[in-house]
Amino acid sequence: MKHTLSVLVEDKPGALARISTMFARRGFNIDSLAVGPTERPGVSCITLRVDCSQHSLEQIEKQIHKLVNVLRVTELVAGDAVERELLLLKVSATPDRRAELIATATAFGGRVVDLGPDSVVFEVTGTPEELDSFHELCRPHGIQELIRTGRIGMSRSSTKRAARRLSAIN
Amino acid sequence: MRMRGADAILRSLEAEGVDVVFGIPGGAIMPTYDAMARGTTVRHVLARHEQGAGHMAEGYARASGRVGVAIATSGPGATNLVTPIADAWMDSTPLVCITGQVRSTLIGTDAFQECDITGVTMPIVKHSWLVQEARDIPHVLKEAFHVARTGRCGPVLVDVPRDVQEAELDFRYPDRVDLPGWRPPTKVHPLQIREAARVLAHAEKPVLYVGGGTLNGDACAELLELAEVGRLPVITTLMGKGAFPESHELHFGWPGMHGPKWSNLAMNTCDVLVAVGARFDDRVTGKLSAFAPGATVIHLDIDAAEISKLREADVPVVGPLGQALAELAREVARHRAEGVPAPDAWLRRIADWRDEHPLRYGPRRDFMKPQWVIQQLQELLAGEDAIVTTGVGQHQMWAMQYIRSERPRSFITSGGLGTMGYGIPAAIGAKAARPEATVVCVDGDGCFQMTAQELVTAVLEDLPIVVVLVNNGYLGMVQQWQDMFFDGRRSHVHLTHQVPDYARLAEAYGALGLTVDGEDELVPALQEALASGRTAVVDCRVDQSEQCFPMIPAGAAALDMIEYQEPADTAEVEP
Repeated sequence: MKHTLSVLVEDKPGALARISTMFARRGFNIDSLAVGPTERPGVSCITLRVDCSQHSLEQIEKQIHKLVNVLRVTELVAGDAVERELLLLKVSATPDRRAELIATATAFGGRVVDLGPDSVVFEVTGTPEELDSFHELCRPHGIQELIRTGRIGMSRSSTKRAARRLSAIN
Repeated sequence: MRMRGADAILRSLEAEGVDVVFGIPGGAIMPTYDAMARGTTVRHVLARHEQGAGHMAEGYARASGRVGVAIATSGPGATNLVTPIADAWMDSTPLVCITGQVRSTLIGTDAFQECDITGVTMPIVKHSWLVQEARDIPHVLKEAFHVARTGRCGPVLVDVPRDVQEAELDFRYPDRVDLPGWRPPTKVHPLQIREAARVLAHAEKPVLYVGGGTLNGDACAELLELAEVGRLPVITTLMGKGAFPESHELHFGWPGMHGPKWSNLAMNTCDVLVAVGARFDDRVTGKLSAFAPGATVIHLDIDAAEISKLREADVPVVGPLGQALAELAREVARHRAEGVPAPDAWLRRIADWRDEHPLRYGPRRDFMKPQWVIQQLQELLAGEDAIVTTGVGQHQMWAMQYIRSERPRSFITSGGLGTMGYGIPAAIGAKAARPEATVVCVDGDGCFQMTAQELVTAVLEDLPIVVVLVNNGYLGMVQQWQDMFFDGRRSHVHLTHQVPDYARLAEAYGALGLTVDGEDELVPALQEALASGRTAVVDCRVDQSEQCFPMIPAGAAALDMIEYQEPADTAEVEP
């Protein structure tokens, strides 16, 4: 089962390497990973997507929690958290197909960021599932390049407590 | 006070109360060694190989309960510390390793003796620091010692570029650390204690399964109290050996691959298993799914990540073990006072198993039996303030079986990583920590040859140790596996009894060297070595094909152990 973990870390050298090394060492696989600053200076957020059992998830959380630079580990539970991802997609688009593709992107809240004679580059932001759908719809047109940022997320304000704060045993 | 980074390293070590460090100088750490030459209260023990320095620091830490410190230069100096760091990681030994690094401007250029040692060691340290500015040295070292010894103990690494050692700073050693992400548990949960006590007090067949965490947590007095108030049987792992006096009526041996049958029977048929600072290592459990199938598990550990890592804990208790055991003892005593009976029938049953299945080995043939050698050593050490270290292999398992450890920190061995060559340098470190103690390394001939050069260190630094070499001329444990599981095909395990001549090698190193071929020579030789006050090697040439029993084959269920069988031909030679 897939899980999203949100890890707050001190912005110190090697913080990301320590987390990814821990995953590799314990034999856990990372599906996606996104790192960026937060509202607190000197604190970064690492959002990880992992495919593992509940038992493994608890092991992962406890092992991450032991890392000296890690401040907090939270699991973002679907429904109780908002999750977003950014996609850039270059698709083959002869002039006669452009209108259809642009209409599709617009339906997903996306926009054109580059227009060439034979291709278009779209930027779409949405839930990872929406991006999956957009990707599928573009596929028949011939995708030349695709890149995604990996998901980021935060717990909803109305269900602040629902985002399961792990480290229950601590 | 204004000073250079190198001086700040030494002032920081002094402020931490470090009395001895182990190391070898080299290019990138030279400013720090220069600062040593200009004066410090810290004693430096010059090892002959950085691996030796690292294991010495480990032996020091295990014998004293304090943080061990090893110092090395960049590149190969640092990579030679990797084995001791990994060893300390597996056995939770508090260790601060300080390495020189090439100048900041050269980092990343593949400079001479450059190695990304923080990268290399990342999976096997609790934390590491690459110091970027001289002014960071005091607080980094403060944090390093704090992280190494708090929570679950373990190794940390501080890598200091040469120019950072040379740059100036205003030195002030901080009073406290600022590590918002490092918050090891400091209190156990009272509800968990109450639940654990209820389950434990009512158990009909309880076992306390005691690991090295009990020693690291200085919780041995509390363990004794719990065992006595509850009348609970204690089984100590290899790493926990010495945490509970082995002459005590409630001590019932050691679990796992070469543990006696009575210990494994007790572990595997108990109804309540209390893991105390132990981690369900595969060498203890055998096949995990078949381990202690009927047991309710109470798991006491300072490290939450050990709870339910391998065996689901029914009652987890996370926190300092001394506190956990003391509170558990108080609660169990209350249950006993209220009339919940002690498991006396169970204690008698384990004692009966012990009588029915004693440790056994065959009669002497051409050579002494290794077990007999260790038994004679035990006779001589009984009642002494002695520390025994070991290498890894058959001799280590026989030492576990036949050395009686009565006091905490008196048995020092490499458990998790199984590092051959650990014994001699660990003994030297232990001697530095406890000069008044008799320190004996029970070593194998394979192990001896991996770190024998440190005998020089023992001799020249006046840290006398006695090496009792259980010399069977083979990589004995590998030979045993080849004989048992590879149809007896002996592949590259023969070392020979005679080459090198260990006694003459010892003499060359400035130590006392004695060779023992016959049984009547053994005790006088051991007595001479122990009385000499010198570093000594007693080369005991033992049976070349003796196997260590009982044995649980790797991956087998614990109760499917192979026991010693009387040899088919009974042409026994009387001792």
